[in-house]
Amino acid sequence: MTQIFAYIPFKNGAAEDVALEYPTAAKKIDEGASLTAVVTGSGADLDKVADEMTSIYSQVIKIDHADLAYPNAEVVRKALVNIIPTDAVFLTAHDTFGMDMAPGLSVKMDSAYAADMVDFEGIDGTTLKGVRQELGGAVNIHVTIDISSGAVMTVRPGSFAPVDGGSAGGSVVDKSGDAGDLSVKRKFLEVVEAEAGDVDITKSDVLVSIGRGIEDEDNIEIAQELAEAMNSVVSCSRPIVDAKWLEKSRQVGTSGQTVKPKVYMAMGISGSFQHMGGVKGNPFIVAVNKNPKAPIFQVADVGIVEDILDFIPELTEAVNDL
Amino acid sequence: MTSIIGPASFNFFGIFPAVILSFILPVIGIGLFAYIMARRIAPLVRANPDNRFDQIGKRVKNLILVWLGQIRQPRYMLAGVLHIVIFAGFLILSIRSMSLVVVGFSDGFLLPGFGGPLGDIYNFFKDYAATFVLIACIIAAVRRGIFKPERYAVPEKYGKDHTAEAVFVLGIISTLMISESLFEASELAYEFAHTGNEHFLAPLSLVWIFKGLLSSASPNILQGLHIFTYFVHDLAFFFFLCFLPMGKHFHVITSIFNVFFMRVQKGNIKPVMHGVSDDKLDDLESFGVKKLEDFTWKHMLDFYSCADCGRCSDQCPANAVGRPLSPRFITIKARDLIFKNYPLSGEIYKSSLLVEDIYTEDEIWSCTTCGACEEECPLGIEYIDKMVDLRRGMVDEGMVPQSLQKPLKALEKRGNPYGKMEKKRADWAKEKEFKANYQIKDLAKDEADTLYFVDSITSYDDEMQEIARRTSIILEKAGVDFGILGKLEKDSGNEVIRFGEEMLYQDLKDQNTEAIMETGVKQIVTADPHAYNALKNDYSDLPPVKHISQVVAQKITTGELDLKPCQDPEKVYVYHDPCYLGRHNGIYEDPRKALDAIDGLTRVELEKSRDRSFCCGGGGLMLFYEPEEETRMGVLRVNMAAEAGANVIVTACPFCLVNIQDAIKVAGKEGEMEALDFTELIEQHLE
Amino acid sequence: MEILVCVKRVPDTAENEFELNSAGNDLDRDDLVYSVNEWDNYAVEEAIQIVDKVGGNVTVITVGDDESEEVLRREMAMGANSGILLCDDAFEGSDGKGIAGILKAEVEKGSYDLIMSGAQADEGAGQVGGMLAAMLDYPYASLVNKIEVQDGKITVGREIEGGNQEMNEIQLPCVLSIQTGINEPRYVGIRGIRKVAKVDIPVNGADDLGIDTASVGAAGAKTKRVDYFVPDMGDGAEMLEGSTDEIIEKLIEKLKAKGGL
Repeated sequence: MTQIFAYIPFKNGAAEDVALEYPTAAKKIDEGASLTAVVTGSGADLDKVADEMTSIYSQVIKIDHADLAYPNAEVVRKALVNIIPTDAVFLTAHDTFGMDMAPGLSVKMDSAYAADMVDFEGIDGTTLKGVRQELGGAVNIHVTIDISSGAVMTVRPGSFAPVDGGSAGGSVVDKSGDAGDLSVKRKFLEVVEAEAGDVDITKSDVLVSIGRGIEDEDNIEIAQELAEAMNSVVSCSRPIVDAKWLEKSRQVGTSGQTVKPKVYMAMGISGSFQHMGGVKGNPFIVAVNKNPKAPIFQVADVGIVEDILDFIPELTEAVNDL
Repeated sequence: MTSIIGPASFNFFGIFPAVILSFILPVIGIGLFAYIMARRIAPLVRANPDNRFDQIGKRVKNLILVWLGQIRQPRYMLAGVLHIVIFAGFLILSIRSMSLVVVGFSDGFLLPGFGGPLGDIYNFFKDYAATFVLIACIIAAVRRGIFKPERYAVPEKYGKDHTAEAVFVLGIISTLMISESLFEASELAYEFAHTGNEHFLAPLSLVWIFKGLLSSASPNILQGLHIFTYFVHDLAFFFFLCFLPMGKHFHVITSIFNVFFMRVQKGNIKPVMHGVSDDKLDDLESFGVKKLEDFTWKHMLDFYSCADCGRCSDQCPANAVGRPLSPRFITIKARDLIFKNYPLSGEIYKSSLLVEDIYTEDEIWSCTTCGACEEECPLGIEYIDKMVDLRRGMVDEGMVPQSLQKPLKALEKRGNPYGKMEKKRADWAKEKEFKANYQIKDLAKDEADTLYFVDSITSYDDEMQEIARRTSIILEKAGVDFGILGKLEKDSGNEVIRFGEEMLYQDLKDQNTEAIMETGVKQIVTADPHAYNALKNDYSDLPPVKHISQVVAQKITTGELDLKPCQDPEKVYVYHDPCYLGRHNGIYEDPRKALDAIDGLTRVELEKSRDRSFCCGGGGLMLFYEPEEETRMGVLRVNMAAEAGANVIVTACPFCLVNIQDAIKVAGKEGEMEALDFTELIEQHLE
Repeated sequence: MEILVCVKRVPDTAENEFELNSAGNDLDRDDLVYSVNEWDNYAVEEAIQIVDKVGGNVTVITVGDDESEEVLRREMAMGANSGILLCDDAFEGSDGKGIAGILKAEVEKGSYDLIMSGAQADEGAGQVGGMLAAMLDYPYASLVNKIEVQDGKITVGREIEGGNQEMNEIQLPCVLSIQTGINEPRYVGIRGIRKVAKVDIPVNGADDLGIDTASVGAAGAKTKRVDYFVPDMGDGAEMLEGSTDEIIEKLIEKLKAKGGL
């Protein structure tokens, strides 16, 4: 039986959404696998998350240590090496923490490593088959992972359907004592918050991108509201920057930023060659334009012929109602 | 005494011979001037080579028209006419001024031949010359000192105002005119008082007026005035001579050389290093202009020659939209740096990187190479080659903005700035409706006597592909047997060389040249003025190149193309001259001729048209680079067209079309204005 | 400071339109163009800037075939002092760990204070840097977008979610993976590459490195790439029609499926 351990990232006492996605991933790896959540941290926040996880996972391991108060990848890795069985499958999110911690963990555990998995297609003996993306998402590829001596894998958040929590009735096991020596050569200092308004559109998975169809500076607000509802940011085409309605850093295009989102909401953008040149990575493109002949419909996945000024507020409302 | 004592015989206080002063002043003046000039020439000696002794015929023609004839001056009417007056006055009075110096040693000296009627005629003109120069100086001083035309303003970032220098020099010139006239008037008044001899004087000239004013002056006053004004003139003359190389009036000395050596060929770019052939470029230690001494001697001479008139910047589209570039200050800053690094005395300073020291990266990338500045400069000062040389230096140092690195890398790998695949270069011909009616020959396989060179934007930009199709239809209807290079065609590199990536350009040129020569075509046609320019002026040994507008105009003349009456006779059309068709290649009439061949088409002219056309914003790599600007060139251009009363802007360049179409949207004139390519309009009207 | 930067030759994502071959299991590689991995350029630029400030040398290294030499030359044209090519038939088919193991063998032959790599490359795994650090027992920081060098240690900023920056103090020697945007890499033209065309680049194989060939290459790889496939993509947009409410309902469904909500 495959033993799977899933690392639960959390912030301010609340687990990230990926905590609900691991069970689906685990099932796709091996229907009959055992699944254990691992939570590291310190104090009340940790306890709160560990308790919360018992509703999703039958077993929850918590490691409480002052040095783990901030998830310094070097420290977490050191702790995990002493906790996770060497032949187990270990999952963590492919986020900035997972990327920092997991590759080294696979070395220390002497196990296979696979990053940024978007799908699993089951196990055959000790060979696991999965799907990941290469070349900035342009192509998908099947990979096989030999898990005979364990595996460390990162999974792409949002790729696996979240499960409904609440029924696992699990229990928390405190393994803080097994963590061992946690001294490392990298010391966390502080988190410098991004300056307000200083949005990096290249890092957002979803972009609500506006073009001339927005017509007036005052209308940008409706795009902002949709972006908030979709947990994304607003980007734009060149005319919007030219009009100085948004800062240059928001412009997508050959003369602006190159973005590689997963979903690109082209709102009132005609889809010029220069603009689309900045959209890479084959995202899912939703185009809304009142001109049915707008070239954007050639490259979009989904097209809607509507005036964005009417359409966006309704879409925002619908998304907020979800 | 019946005649006045001249400076050669006069004794100050009765004992001190004035002739000593007449001797010392020229010796010091000429000695100092020679020393200053020697210091000024030092950087030119250290500068890079420049081949400017070719095409002497054209150079002499420039000398006659641009220098002596001042033909570029009246483009700015008031300032131009004032300058022509002062310039002509200087030419005439230079003879008088030089002979006056000799008068200091030899009373009544006359140049050989000036004793008879020639001298009288000369004096007649000279007296008016002095008068008109004085009047011109007064008007100019009022204009500069009181009305202060905006063109002369010095933005804070570029340094201090230059008005004081200008007015000071006008003052010196006025002093020369007045003192010369008084010198002569005092003598004539003296003579008249003593002998009653009346010389003929040009009526209302300065001398005439002064003589009248002095008619009742005592002999002593006249004698004193005569000597005083002589030395005032002598002193002012030599002071002026030595002052000229200190600033913008250096052009009084250098202009004749600068105009003689000015650009005689248009549309081309100077080689990386004169005397180094393309295949030896790899041996060069450094590329382009990084330090002051990397400029060629002619470009240094340009810096010296600038009269600070501001016409270049007044015409510069980059300056007009508030980009950090003003061609005038490209020159003035370099000139001031030469003055600083090559001081009149003491050690010569080592120069550092120009882009850091006096220029900024954005400043140098802001130029669209439209050529408006060079077209305007009355002194033949060049900018495009300097910009390209500075960019070559920056490229060599790796100083290239990220937004330009992407297309350059794509050009290197794929032969087009968009990074599109080579095999898709001819996809424009695959459009369903077009393909059903027209088969385009691929010259890799088929033969034809004409090559249609499409170039990158027309090949790959979805909207611009229409130009390729329309061009093909026109060629077909005109009975031209043509084909394309297909995937063997690379970007023409017109902007690559102009953005300073010389080796990449060389690569593109070699690949295109080889592919073209392989086809054995007898002529090349293109609808992209940038490609036209590169193939015609940058490449060598290719078959003749024509722009589609030339083909159309010619075929209309021969009757091989017939155009229908205008389909939208109620619209008002205006033709926008693309820089690389017009200014750089002189094709102004052919497109207009073709438009006018459409019966019932109403066409107006832009105020800024032909060689004063206003750049749309630039093509090629310029589409990838956006310097800070307050507005877009295209928007200004669209507004100009609207002012001219037009609602259709016809252009003959895909880049102009992209920029103007965009600008119409930005200017909020969608629906009222539209932009059309020449080929589209013609194709719509084909019989 | 002696800095080693690990680079990789990859299909250029900006200049390629990826298509599958006729068998549908691999990329159609005929028309691919390759270049240095974008992130690596930032790493090399950063290394050059550090050396410009505090002195030292920048060495660029890659594991690859003969053609990988071109990326080393490109980075040397940027200003790296020397290059090392690790090349052996036995290296082919290595997974991330294989590559990290090969690099480790070379690192141990030298004496480097700082090792850098790009945050990720064509495969998008972002794994080699972290593995190499763990193998060497060096501290590691990924997604670095700021580096300040002090004596014996450095302060690094990591780019984390929400555009925030996580500041760490890290001891030398260490391994850092570099995120784009940390600097503005300088331009390298054809001329620059030609200038370093004749510089000798040592090539080391498994024997030179003392590597057991069974531990690397396809033989040693626990993670294997099998075949490429392209997720279904129609031609042109699927136009959603109906009343606005109906359209929104359909759209939301699709957005959920694509991770947009």
